[in-house]
Amino acid sequence: MEILDIFLTASFWAAAIRIASPLIFATLGELICERAGVLNLGIEGIMVAGAFAGWMAVYAGAGLWIGVAVAMVVGMLFGLLHSVLTVPFGLSQHVVGLGVTLLATSSTYYAYRLALPEVTTPPKIIAFQPYEIPLLADIPLLGPALFAQTPFTYLAFVLAAAVAWMLYRTPVGLALRAAGENPSAVAAQGLSVTAIRMGAVIFGSGLMAMGGAFLTMSAFDSFFFEMVNGRGWICIALVVFGSWRPGKAVFGAILFAAFDALQIRVQQTGFGAEIPYQIFLMMPYILSILALVAMSRRAQVPAALMVPFNKGER
Amino acid sequence: MRLEPITNPSSARRIFPPALAIGTTVVIASLLAMIAGANPFSVLGLILNGAFGSKFALLETLNRATPLIFTGLAAAVAFRAKFWNIGAEAQLYAGALMTVLLGTGLLPWPSFPLLVTLAIAAVLAGAVLLLVPALLKTRFGVDEVVTTLLMNFIFLLFISMLLEGPLKDPMGMGWPKSARVISEARLPRILDGLRLHWGFILALVSAVAIWVIQTRSTLGYEMRAVGLNREAAAFAGIPVNRVLVKTALLSGGLAALAGFSEVAGLKASLTLDLSPGFGYTGIIVAMLALLNPLGVIVAALFVAGVFVGADSMSRAAEVPTYLADIMLAMALLLMVLAILLTRFRVVRD
Amino acid sequence: MASDKASVLRLNNITKRFGTLVANDAISFSLNRGEVIALLGENGAGKTTLMNILFGQYTADEGTVEVFGKTLPPGNSRAALEAGVGMVHQHFTLADNLTVQENITLGTGSLTSFSLRRSNARARIEALSEQFHLKVAPDARVGSLSVGERQRVEILKALYRDVKILILDEPTAVLTPQEAEDLFATLRQAIANGLSVIFISHKLHEVMAIAQRVVVLRHGKLVGGVDTDTSTKEKLAAMMMGAEAEPPEVSTAHAGEALMTLETVSTPDIGSAPGLKSVSMSLRAGQIIGLAGVSGNGQAALADIVGGMRAPTNGKIVLNGSPVPSWTPRDAVNAGIARIPEDRHKTGTIADFDLTENAILERYASDPFSTKGWLDWTRARRFANEIIDKYDVRCPGADTPIRLLSGGNMQKLILGRVLEADPQIILANQPVRGLDIGAVHYVHGQLLEARDRGAAVLLISEDLDEIMALSDYIHVIADGRLSPAFERGQMTPAELGLWMSGKGEVRHAS
Repeated sequence: MEILDIFLTASFWAAAIRIASPLIFATLGELICERAGVLNLGIEGIMVAGAFAGWMAVYAGAGLWIGVAVAMVVGMLFGLLHSVLTVPFGLSQHVVGLGVTLLATSSTYYAYRLALPEVTTPPKIIAFQPYEIPLLADIPLLGPALFAQTPFTYLAFVLAAAVAWMLYRTPVGLALRAAGENPSAVAAQGLSVTAIRMGAVIFGSGLMAMGGAFLTMSAFDSFFFEMVNGRGWICIALVVFGSWRPGKAVFGAILFAAFDALQIRVQQTGFGAEIPYQIFLMMPYILSILALVAMSRRAQVPAALMVPFNKGER
Repeated sequence: MRLEPITNPSSARRIFPPALAIGTTVVIASLLAMIAGANPFSVLGLILNGAFGSKFALLETLNRATPLIFTGLAAAVAFRAKFWNIGAEAQLYAGALMTVLLGTGLLPWPSFPLLVTLAIAAVLAGAVLLLVPALLKTRFGVDEVVTTLLMNFIFLLFISMLLEGPLKDPMGMGWPKSARVISEARLPRILDGLRLHWGFILALVSAVAIWVIQTRSTLGYEMRAVGLNREAAAFAGIPVNRVLVKTALLSGGLAALAGFSEVAGLKASLTLDLSPGFGYTGIIVAMLALLNPLGVIVAALFVAGVFVGADSMSRAAEVPTYLADIMLAMALLLMVLAILLTRFRVVRD
Repeated sequence: MASDKASVLRLNNITKRFGTLVANDAISFSLNRGEVIALLGENGAGKTTLMNILFGQYTADEGTVEVFGKTLPPGNSRAALEAGVGMVHQHFTLADNLTVQENITLGTGSLTSFSLRRSNARARIEALSEQFHLKVAPDARVGSLSVGERQRVEILKALYRDVKILILDEPTAVLTPQEAEDLFATLRQAIANGLSVIFISHKLHEVMAIAQRVVVLRHGKLVGGVDTDTSTKEKLAAMMMGAEAEPPEVSTAHAGEALMTLETVSTPDIGSAPGLKSVSMSLRAGQIIGLAGVSGNGQAALADIVGGMRAPTNGKIVLNGSPVPSWTPRDAVNAGIARIPEDRHKTGTIADFDLTENAILERYASDPFSTKGWLDWTRARRFANEIIDKYDVRCPGADTPIRLLSGGNMQKLILGRVLEADPQIILANQPVRGLDIGAVHYVHGQLLEARDRGAAVLLISEDLDEIMALSDYIHVIADGRLSPAFERGQMTPAELGLWMSGKGEVRHAS
């Protein structure tokens, strides 16, 4: 009936892919950090900072891809701060992560107020536009859903493949996975656990910021306060749901986004109008908690996640 | 580099890093003020003056500190047992919700029994709300950081739903706002004419009570043991999961008292902007207090002062109030680093 | 000294201090090509520290390491590896989530390379494992391997890098005697190919079997170097221990009734650690039962059962004649079981708690330390001070955080904590691991005294010598199965070794 019909529309799947894209960036970023052994609770704030930085750069006249790069660099700077405190100094990853989220969020808002002191509604930029991939976009249902997205979305999927390849097929990925499981194994082979972990957190934070930038530069065309709205925390749940594997995490993000797209559409049906809209808005968060519970027993947690490494300690 | 524990830190070693952390925070805030085109000295002066410079300012700071003491205690109690309750915001609203549910005329009682009942109901609501993540953690091993964070969003949407539905004040001119609590459900002022209510005293009493529990009771001992070394605590026979659940109940209850005190003492009704993030700021308060319940009082006054001062500074100088949030986040990060450096020395290897 | 030409490694005046402790005091020696040096010393003599300096995991305060005539940069494992030094750590440095091949190749190529060159690596691993008889499957996940297999992976890691100098830190601690023989065979083959080895051990018979030269450390100082040809086990033992306290006299026991009996107790496996498989045993008053076995064969599971950390999934625990209704750590404490845990740092004490808080850790919830949920700190402090006096705990005072104490003093506090409750049953799990010889004798003396007072003692140790010296009866555990109880002197170490490898047979029914 109504609800079943939704699954057969291309626009539904196109929306699901669009909603999944920022989550894919940020989830991959968090996954890289956690695979190296560092929980990065800075994710929420870093996404806010990335959303603002990319958008602001474009608003100030930079090209779209330059904007993406600016967002990434800003994210990496916060990643640097996070990793210096949590890796060589081994400070609580909970406290530092929350601190980075607070710092990134408040400095973003501060910068926003300084840059645009007078505005009441934030200005718009010309965001990434959908690009139909020739031939592929003509496939029924699948074409408009998958191959008529913005280049930023395509990047999300290319990146997912690249991250999977990096983790499982390159020496640096091997070192990264070992660092999250048993850092002594890495140190005993003459590699620096500190460098690997810091590198992972910095790079991962760059991806989180790109996830934020997707919101202002592809999903929407403007920056609002509260626009990240817990997506970072959802991505942390998605990493668990994906059992710390990039492929499963991307699948989780799409599944999750499909639910989100569904609830938006159900809201507009006759049946949906009877239910307070807040119930629908709660669904992503409730789903995230349910995903955590469902995966709690099965997930393969990196053994050294949240365990600081002090060289030569017995 | 490597960290080497210092067995007998000198007093300089104990004082210098935290002082440097505060100093660095102030310097960075000054630089940010300069970026905004203001004179850093006048900005800092305005913040100080706006926080503590007059009787009005001081009372404003004390009022702002009241919920922060509660949420700071909530975080301090939980973090001491390494139970990461980041959901004080939701628990605060749970307490506020109970206060308006029972305080808007449902219980037509005289003031004292009514207020006691409201406080207890609020505590229970906050405790029950945190029971869910606590049980998910002890039964299924689900990380409480993410669940408590996510529950903040869920519970605020729930409040929003109530405020636009059954709890909506018919006199509210369409605003999502609850009815006002009856006058018997208002916390009286400490002194006539002084704009400070008994919630502040309740906060101070709570801090002392938590301090006594932590240092004198077996529960406090258990909570500290569980926080420092879960494995050794379990080996010694401490029922770790039960202690975690008790900790969660206590923490959730304390956070809910912030909601009770804000509604009954200050705002009289429930709105979606009842808390400007008191739950999250409580974490900063607790960390700055080194999780010491008495220290929470001092830290809450400091944090409240920064906020109140920044508000008034922002009106006078053209510097966004978010400067206060930046200062506090910086202070938090630098302070945890400074505390580490009082106990460890960094050695090259 | 052999001619300098053949010297591949030279340590010059290595000194390392941790705070006030001098872990290595101006140590110098050299290693020749194709030579095996045994580094001998008691626990805490500074062997591992010295080797970690050589391997670049610590930085020496003074002194240098020369490999093939070149000074190594300090604190740089990569440089040590590149110079041809490899190390097999006592605690394996393997990542459980990776395959054997991934663990071996980790860090061997450039990190910026885009390829793992997996087929080349695989061929090389297979060739090496063939040549040195180190059978492992390259694609097996390390988490699923046995301890012996893991050690083979560790050795392959070194051979894969083509190391010229191999450091082995207590390599046989986790092996059965048979597995140790296989290891020695592999080593001899590699040595014939020109490998030089530093072999850390405190087992004298192994040292005599494999090393040409022995370097003895005591309290961080080098006390001598001798050729094994011209020395004996007794002489080495004397060098290693110095003129320290004599071990306590072991008298014969007068066994009484069974205080605790396990009846066909089973527990599930946890990861690669085996659970118990229908284990039955009795702990009798006035008797020390020794549990021998290679580490990781179910000792932890048995200790958990006796100590109340786990309840059996099958079978039952009988205390003083009746089965226990519930079984938690607190039940065990209340039943009068003194529990000395395997890891005094992680499970025995809370590092940031002071001595008083640690002293009441098991009994804070009951009289006299608390009433109705409120603690009596005066009584607690008095109790801590009693332990400090009676058990000679060296510390600045009862309010010192316990992390500042030495291992021996920490263990004395734990002993005092459990023995002051006048226990019926004592579970001593690796009670002297990592202690210096004086503390070892003290702990053993306390256990014997408790036995003579009528307590039942279960002594779990990986050190067969310790088990054989103290136990009235010995059980051997292998893969979660328990051997019959052997009376003191009934079995030779070699026979027990057979049981340890799971190949023991009951010779005659009794």
